[in-house]
Amino acid sequence: MDLGTVRSFRPARSRGDLTLSGGEVVVGGGTWLFSEPQPGTTGLVDLTTLGWAPFEPLPDGTLRIAATCTIEQLVGAPWGGLAELARQAADGLLMSFKVQRTATVGGNVCLALPAGAMTSLLAGLGAEAVVWTPDGGERREPVAAFVRDVRVTSLRPGEVLRAIDVPPSSLTAPAAFRRTSLSPLGRSAVVVVGSGRTVTVTASTTRPVVLDADDLDAGLAAVDCWYDDAHGAADWRAAVTGLLAREVVSELGR
Amino acid sequence: MRIDDRPVDATPAPGQCLRTFLREQGALAVKKGCDAGDCGACSVLLDGEPVHSCIVPAARAVDSAVTTAAGLGSPDDLSPVQQAFVAACGFQCGFCTAGYVVTATAVGREVEDPERTFKGNLCRCTGYRSIRDALAGRSNVAPGAVGASVGAPAGPRIVSGREPYTLDLPATDVLHVKLLASPHSHARITAIDTSAAAALPGVHLVLTHLDAPDVLYSSGRHDSRLDDPDDTRLLDDVVRFKGQRVAAVVADSVALAEEALALIRVEYDVLPAVLDPEEARTPGAPLVHGEKSTMRSRISEPMRNVVAQTHGEVGDVSAGLAAAEVRVSGTWRTSRVTHAALETHGARGWVDDAGRLVVRTSTQVPFLVRDELAHVLGVDRAQVRVLAARVGGGFGGKQEMLVEDVVGLAVLRLAAAGVRRPVQLELTREEQFTLVPSRHPMRVEVELGADADGVLTALRLDVLSDTGAYGNHAAGVLFHGCHESVALYRCPNKRVDAEAVYTHTVPAGAFRGYGLGQVIFGIESALDDLARELGISAAEVRRRNAVRPGDGFVVNGPPDDDLMLTESSYGLPQCLDLVAAALEEDRTPAPGAGWQLGSGLAAAMIATIPPRGHHATATVTAELDGTVTIGVGSAEFGNGSATVHVQLVAEELGVPVSLVRLRGSDTDATSYDTGAYGSTGTVVAGSAVVAAARELRSLLAAREGAPLTEPLVAHGEHHGTPRSVAFNVHGFRVAVHPPTGEVRLLASVHAADAGVVMNPEQLRGQVEGGVAQAIGTSLQEEVRLVDGAVTTRTFRDYRVPQMGDLPPTRVLFADTYDDLGPRGAKSMSEAPYNPVAPALANAVRDATGVRPHELPMTRDRVWRMLQERNPHD
Repeated sequence: MDLGTVRSFRPARSRGDLTLSGGEVVVGGGTWLFSEPQPGTTGLVDLTTLGWAPFEPLPDGTLRIAATCTIEQLVGAPWGGLAELARQAADGLLMSFKVQRTATVGGNVCLALPAGAMTSLLAGLGAEAVVWTPDGGERREPVAAFVRDVRVTSLRPGEVLRAIDVPPSSLTAPAAFRRTSLSPLGRSAVVVVGSGRTVTVTASTTRPVVLDADDLDAGLAAVDCWYDDAHGAADWRAAVTGLLAREVVSELGR
Repeated sequence: MRIDDRPVDATPAPGQCLRTFLREQGALAVKKGCDAGDCGACSVLLDGEPVHSCIVPAARAVDSAVTTAAGLGSPDDLSPVQQAFVAACGFQCGFCTAGYVVTATAVGREVEDPERTFKGNLCRCTGYRSIRDALAGRSNVAPGAVGASVGAPAGPRIVSGREPYTLDLPATDVLHVKLLASPHSHARITAIDTSAAAALPGVHLVLTHLDAPDVLYSSGRHDSRLDDPDDTRLLDDVVRFKGQRVAAVVADSVALAEEALALIRVEYDVLPAVLDPEEARTPGAPLVHGEKSTMRSRISEPMRNVVAQTHGEVGDVSAGLAAAEVRVSGTWRTSRVTHAALETHGARGWVDDAGRLVVRTSTQVPFLVRDELAHVLGVDRAQVRVLAARVGGGFGGKQEMLVEDVVGLAVLRLAAAGVRRPVQLELTREEQFTLVPSRHPMRVEVELGADADGVLTALRLDVLSDTGAYGNHAAGVLFHGCHESVALYRCPNKRVDAEAVYTHTVPAGAFRGYGLGQVIFGIESALDDLARELGISAAEVRRRNAVRPGDGFVVNGPPDDDLMLTESSYGLPQCLDLVAAALEEDRTPAPGAGWQLGSGLAAAMIATIPPRGHHATATVTAELDGTVTIGVGSAEFGNGSATVHVQLVAEELGVPVSLVRLRGSDTDATSYDTGAYGSTGTVVAGSAVVAAARELRSLLAAREGAPLTEPLVAHGEHHGTPRSVAFNVHGFRVAVHPPTGEVRLLASVHAADAGVVMNPEQLRGQVEGGVAQAIGTSLQEEVRLVDGAVTTRTFRDYRVPQMGDLPPTRVLFADTYDDLGPRGAKSMSEAPYNPVAPALANAVRDATGVRPHELPMTRDRVWRMLQERNPHD
């Protein structure tokens, strides 16, 4: 939709361009930003013109995914044995393939919706968010902690998500994926990602919850942030999360 | 940018989305459906790749080549994909079609997984079967006239993006209206300061309650304006729901109008609100229209928040229950549902050269809007012209006057000030949820008694309907809802108590089925329980009790005097047999271990025409060039009546359909038409068209072959009485998974008693579309309110069925002939919706042993229902 209050659309060419003036926000794909009214937003700063490689294998085996990597590009990244997991996660998004061509991984994570499938995937793989700080520095934080609550991240004013690093250990560990929603291809109500001996719950909780596969029942019993919205009641989500988490653990154990 | 190979050198605004920019540049094939990336109506190819243009920043596309549906082919030179959509009849209203054509072109002809590929393309009309046919290259059209699957005349224009919808007009010089919404459920405006807004350069007019005519009316439109209560002001100093319009700004652009809205200062005296329909009638509850009078506003009991009611009994229900061998009872609840027509409400108004107010609007009822606009604005109706282009979906939602009043007032006020520019108001998708009427939520209590043979001895019904803050359609929906649902069954002792109440929530209004679906959900569920108690089949309990030819149609008083059923038109037994047999035959296996299987069916009856008058006039003109022109008042919004009218005239005059043109939905096109609601496009307007065609045939015969020297015009009319009834039966086989609450539809079968079928493919499409909408209501759709505020405001949060949510429905027709309809036809647009929810609930009951009482039967509700039965499952 049109953002009537926006007076400028500024392509960023260097890190210096990311210093925002009042009312400016950064835009990745723009697929969410342009999908809801944005009162108070007067300027857009385009991240996609920074020319970040969508993904790059780092020397230590880490897979770096740029914040501006599109969902479609993410599916095509060198996942090795996790290619199916990446595809399942992308399929878990309500958005159509046409939107996945434009929507970015960073945008999906920064939106911090419980059903954000990129949060599910990357938190599930123990990935770390690489955040550019306004002083020119950088800080790192697990994605599972970076997303703090519904529509809340740890980003402070002036900070920009640069990339998400998937550790080499996760790229070779066995993984499993389960999801459900109120309608077959609807917005996710429960997503469970297993990797190695961790089980990460998203969509059914207000923030990512990382559980120990070897102590699943106690972990599930301790969850205190079941989510309740138009995409599923909390009691049902808790019950189905339990079912799917057990399936994931069973699959990982094979 | 290049748009469809045409260079464009305009510069988009920084916050403008690509769709708006394209439309500003005249690329009107690109539609605005959801404006949020969810529906796909705005799909275009951007440098060859498909995108949803509403969520693409236009600034990013300035160096790109954009291809719309119009760039893929033209009506005379359709692309293969466009030809496939025409051949398959892969559209109804057609508003989503250009987006489908673009997307299908991008993915190529071989689509392996259409459910996933097209999950971002919503269609509200078809139920997707015909779209699947188009994608697979199957043809569904056949040549001929009446009885043949003639394609819609507009088809080639629709698939190539050339068919103009309401607001597909040049953008030049247009003023735009935006509405300020109430933040309160109930409040009195004590002060409103518009000076800062009015002073903003580019703002031409700000309207508040101080500008509104002192006229009470209803947004709901009927042939008689007395059918709905006069409880609404154009802008009021009391707001009665969150989202109600408080003020309107008219400015050079939408963005400017929005900026001005933010500058309006309103002071409210917040008043107590009642949000719950059960509480609305309790003593001391806040009153929604307590200051209004029964006499002046036609509100049944304003001091009890009751807008309409019926209480009555025939026979002796207590005695009937006492004498019964078997008794069942229960209370059922239905939710708020939105129509989700892909074209939002919108209108553009101007003053024509003759000084008349002209309003082009997305309406099912142009004549009724014209008459009420004249009433509200205090002008002669001859000074108002209302017309509709092809309408992008209706479903009853456009039997309301929701935008035309503001547009009309703004046009007249500006004209008086010497400003003669067109004024446009296009509602947002969000406003379609927060401002526009939905389906009435109802609480339906049913008690049935029967003798040992399963013959009903008593039927008691108690209904509470929540009409929200205004009473548009409250009475009609309540009375209709309790009418054919109850009259379907012969029973000597019946009692109906039904009330529609006001609450301080978004209003409800006309919705496909007009109340029947809600009440039938209760009655048909109870009847299923009765059959189980008696140990007879669901079909058999209905055969034993259904109304028969010669019976009166009885609810809770004397029978109707203009409703009749003849032997040749009695299709219910056939429908029951067809569905029961199809369910018996189905062998679709369970999806896996742990699933429970069941089947169920339900029946519905509907009058073919609404009561108390439905009028149509039509002309059929023999032109000098050998073509024939139909002038008719009813609108085309995917109902297919335009196709049927052309077929009827071709048949009557013995000419090919290609020589027949239709001019419709314009108060200048004919003298009067009540409008396209109550499924009357074929049976009322169609009968008027047939009468005019027969008159023309006589006039031509009298000329004995003498050549025409001027066009020869014949007139016809029909007045909607006497009326007949039509029947529908739906059946499902389902699998239910108790651990997750998932319900899968293994088989869906629908039998319709439509009389003589005018156009088999179109009728099948109407049935499939009605079933699809009802499956949405039954399983997944719900407008949710928290503290009176709508929280489901986008298609992301409100689940209109996607292609992958719907099973194929087998559609079967009863072989009947209706003496009252044109060439033996009956109406069949709303009816297929009505039996679906109880059929599904009955199947779930059969599978699980637990009776659902609430819609929608979402997975979380079904899971909880089964948990409560057996917490250890």
